[in-house]
Amino acid sequence: MSDSPAKAYLGVPVRRPRVAFFELSSCEGCQLQILNNEASLLDFLSLVEVVRFREGMSGGSDEYEIAFVEGSVTRDDEVGRLQKIRETAKVLVAFGSCACFGGVNQLKNRFCLDWVKKEVYGDHPVETAEVRPLDAIVQVDLRIYGCPVKKEEVEKIVTHIAIGSDITYPRYPVCMECKANGNVCLYDLGEPCLGPVTRAGCDSWCPNNRAGCWGCRGPSDDMNILQLVDIMKRHGFSEETILDRLECFGGFSGHLEGLKK
Amino acid sequence: MIFRVIEKAELRSLFTMLSAANRVIGPVGVGLDRSGRQLYGFEEVHDFDRVALDYTMTSLSAKKYFLPYREIMATFTMDNKDWQKRIDYNIDAPFVFFGMHACDINALNRLDKVLMGSVYPMPYYAAKRKNAFIIGIGCEPQPNCFCRSMGTDTALHGFDMFITDIGDRYFIEIQSDTAFNFLKKIRTGEPVEADHLSFMKTGAGKNEKFAASVDTTDLTKILDMEFQSEVWKQWGDKCLGCGTCANVCPTCYCYSVEEEVSIDLTAAAKVKKLYSCNLIDFAVVAGGHNFRPERHSRLKYRYYHKHRGFVEAYEESLCVGCGRCGEACLADITVPEVIASVREGRKTDGQ
Repeated sequence: MSDSPAKAYLGVPVRRPRVAFFELSSCEGCQLQILNNEASLLDFLSLVEVVRFREGMSGGSDEYEIAFVEGSVTRDDEVGRLQKIRETAKVLVAFGSCACFGGVNQLKNRFCLDWVKKEVYGDHPVETAEVRPLDAIVQVDLRIYGCPVKKEEVEKIVTHIAIGSDITYPRYPVCMECKANGNVCLYDLGEPCLGPVTRAGCDSWCPNNRAGCWGCRGPSDDMNILQLVDIMKRHGFSEETILDRLECFGGFSGHLEGLKK
Repeated sequence: MIFRVIEKAELRSLFTMLSAANRVIGPVGVGLDRSGRQLYGFEEVHDFDRVALDYTMTSLSAKKYFLPYREIMATFTMDNKDWQKRIDYNIDAPFVFFGMHACDINALNRLDKVLMGSVYPMPYYAAKRKNAFIIGIGCEPQPNCFCRSMGTDTALHGFDMFITDIGDRYFIEIQSDTAFNFLKKIRTGEPVEADHLSFMKTGAGKNEKFAASVDTTDLTKILDMEFQSEVWKQWGDKCLGCGTCANVCPTCYCYSVEEEVSIDLTAAAKVKKLYSCNLIDFAVVAGGHNFRPERHSRLKYRYYHKHRGFVEAYEESLCVGCGRCGEACLADITVPEVIASVREGRKTDGQ
């Protein structure tokens, strides 16, 4: 994409890694977030050399160090592609909730696959299997959560890669950011919200707009999901409402034992 | 202490005078909850009619105007091998706080002890605290209020003037010469014996309305004795570990510091963010060891800091009994219930 010279940080030249973007089953909305930030796009491109990015450039090279892979695995050919990416990349990044947890796609795992195919494709069936996140197939080195990812967080991670700083995520839940933003608690307004169990880092994007959290960033560390389910029931939300939220992005799939009938 | 009385309509004149030249923060209605109950918050106000003088309790404390949730401590500009550091203590123009309850004034007094009275005062806090003109206002005890148990239902200092509604007029306590001089510009009167009686009657009437209480007798010692009590684990099972109690608390001041580098690598900032001891990584040290990996131990230490450690250091609790944490906790963990359960060595009914 851009061939501007490598930057320096405090006089030390910063190496500009070759980066490629890939998409499996997804809406490609996470990649769009990168392009969405015109104000800092050139700075972003001066930190990494993008060699493959079909939303932003033609052609592309297969020589890259960091692979950002968006989407979940739903077909056999995607398994092959993902394994090939893994062989090439030094660092494989699961980019967005589909790549991390299966995302919205994995909702279909709730149903019988034949029924799903019939419902969606009618008399023109396509090959589609149970939805899996990237780490069900290959080793994932770094996860960037969110549906979509928050571009500020992606930029922060890329900056940290450039200057060699640790990459850390908030381990606490969304409530921390929501309270700091001065929001009225969604439960006070009678809305369900997964903020108390969902990893922060989104700056409480949805609650800031008076919409309850759907858990797209997956569970925070040491979250207390059983207590939250109790609280939701006490607030009068049905088991169906609760499960719909918790199952929406797949982040809580390993924690729903005992909640499903 | 100097006292004055003013006609109720004169308060508007005071507000108009103060807001003409200053930023004014005050209690305002911020919407209704699901059961139609009015919710309150502190916001900048320009119109006296927006000020909710009879507000019950704001969901968030006044803390953010003194200890912002996110505050830049230093910024850096970097130019090749050279760099420059710039520190701004955020000493803005003075501001007016129009209508703070006694619990929140006492909370600031506790923060003063830690953030201004210690060997290393925090200039970021002091800049705002010293620049605030605080008008206190009397309140009605709410179901979760237990300030009377904590000795914080009245404020002795830490404000400029305090307003009490004594029926047809306001009774005013004057603490600073700034307040005295401001009041010279509106119509005030010397209180007479009848006003003193009305003031005392108002205070006595308020005392009868407290529903919640905490028994603080020997509490520091009891907390030491009950360090291993099973009740901590039971409360820990309920705790969401979300940090909401600390965020709504007027005295929780713990923070984390992060360095942020701009994406063009030419600027950086050292940013302070309020944190909570209930969060999973609060007690993580270099090397990765976590001294408090379980929720119950983190919840317990929050109580020990408020009700034991601070009392031993400063002879008063860090909890001012405002009741916000119990009000905000989705898991219904309230200070009166937790302390009662520890005292009894068992959980209270209904838990």
